[in-house]
Amino acid sequence: MDTALILNFLSTPWVFLIWTTFLKSFILLNVVLGVVSVTVFAERKVSAFIQDRVGPNRVGLPLTLLGGKKDSFFFGLGQMIADPIKLLTKENFVPAGVNKFYFWLAPKLVMIPPVLVLAVLPYGSTLFGLKMTIADLNIAALYIFAISSLSVYGITLAGWASNSKFPFIGGIRSSSQMISYELALGLSVVPVFMICGSLNLNEIIDWQVANGWLVAPFWPKGFTLASLLHPHDLLHSFAAGISLQRLLLWIPLLISFVIFLVAIFAETNRLPFDLPEAEQELVGGYHTEYASMNFALFFLGEYAAMFAGSGAIVSLFLGGWSFPLIPDGSHGWYWGLVNILVFFAKVSLVLLFMIWIRWTLPRFRYDQLMKLGWLGFFPVALANIFLTAIIMAFVRH
Amino acid sequence: MAIVVNRPKLTFTERLYLPAILAGLAITWKHLKRALFNKGIVTMQYPEEKWDANLPDWYRGAPTLVSDEHGKDRCVACQLCEFICPPRAITIKPMEIPADDKWRKVEKRPEEFDIDMTRCIYCGLCEEVCPEQAIYLRKDYSITGLNRAEMVHDKETLYKLGGVREGLVFKWNELK
Repeated sequence: MDTALILNFLSTPWVFLIWTTFLKSFILLNVVLGVVSVTVFAERKVSAFIQDRVGPNRVGLPLTLLGGKKDSFFFGLGQMIADPIKLLTKENFVPAGVNKFYFWLAPKLVMIPPVLVLAVLPYGSTLFGLKMTIADLNIAALYIFAISSLSVYGITLAGWASNSKFPFIGGIRSSSQMISYELALGLSVVPVFMICGSLNLNEIIDWQVANGWLVAPFWPKGFTLASLLHPHDLLHSFAAGISLQRLLLWIPLLISFVIFLVAIFAETNRLPFDLPEAEQELVGGYHTEYASMNFALFFLGEYAAMFAGSGAIVSLFLGGWSFPLIPDGSHGWYWGLVNILVFFAKVSLVLLFMIWIRWTLPRFRYDQLMKLGWLGFFPVALANIFLTAIIMAFVRH
Repeated sequence: MAIVVNRPKLTFTERLYLPAILAGLAITWKHLKRALFNKGIVTMQYPEEKWDANLPDWYRGAPTLVSDEHGKDRCVACQLCEFICPPRAITIKPMEIPADDKWRKVEKRPEEFDIDMTRCIYCGLCEEVCPEQAIYLRKDYSITGLNRAEMVHDKETLYKLGGVREGLVFKWNELK
């Protein structure tokens, strides 16, 4: 076979789709696992700084072992490698009396859903004409809610299979927590779909590129580098951007954003809603009986869920990969790369915000969480949909 | 009688909870920012930085044997410390002082004096019971060793750790 034949085969539409999808999945998965390890480190470092401590700062390059004069610590960045090594080399202890099959299955069930969610996140515009989404689904947003709520099964199963009090309470709490915020989570984004007219994350982002991010949709149409050269057009489109309808729609959108943000915290079991874990009351909650790599999978699942949740927030409300004045990937591959970097920068900021919140707020009691979900967010999210509909129907400009 | 604690009436902004969250975030942000510039951090980098200079005078560290300014090793092997030691960390083997020695009239001194630091509880009873002011708890607290044998302080180590202590009662002078 000569190379021309292979290239020809690789560029047949369905073969091209398969190998590019595999390549994108492989790269994204590895990047996200890297991000998880960096996030764990950031969590430790930020928590330390907030509490006036130093945090991990000893693991670095052991230059003295190699004959150097001084060890190089690099702010303890080696901790990112040391943590996984520790988890990998520990004994994988399984207590007597657990239901072995479900005990082994549960961590995988927690780990898999967040990774599946990554499939629909648009992490960039286009690169060499290739869409930077693994699966460009028309129901992407629904898919995210459907898949990400599956991880609660893993947690409940872990609590039950452990055959121990604390994990059991953790698992029960997790399921009661899920039914109380999941409704609000789904309803809170309905206004977004009404305004953008699509469930496809790529189309939602395209709308945001044209009209401004959904947390502040006031930017003029076509606010790009080229339009800067024509101030008159820019002014004109800017005036068109700020209309009465937009100003009024801003209110339901902000409410949506706050509810969605809070619901994502509950979804990812982050403080102030980490009731299933609750280390002070329940030891470690659902993962009390787990050790080594089984525990690491829970950990990985939690942080991957954080990444997926941040990705959803960024795509739905914060403009995805777009940034004012930065064109999309069709203007050259370097802009495509910049778009990817913008997406990851935004996700990192949301992740940092999550960590910041964790070390600021105390945990909710679980009756408080359920009250908040059922009596607070659910009616507000429902009313918000009607508010949006009324504004869209009666205020035209 | 039951004590009734009235719940405070919350205003709307307080019930909304979000302003309180923002206030909390502002506080933690202040600490984060300060710590980023290495200010306000309370952590002490232990092996490099130590608190030793601030240890109080009554600090009870490792027990040691002392000599005095007359060049005399204070211990007379009376074995009171060995008997009072609650965890039985002290083992003493007494010997007679040979006739040609300068301190012949003391008659007794330890041939071996071992304190097992894996057993010592730093209670200070040995120091309290010693009639010769020979054993003192010093400020060393970081006693380490690679095995059990290394953790046993023998006579030589104890005198080295104790050093010379001046101004103690000297009851073995020539006049007495």
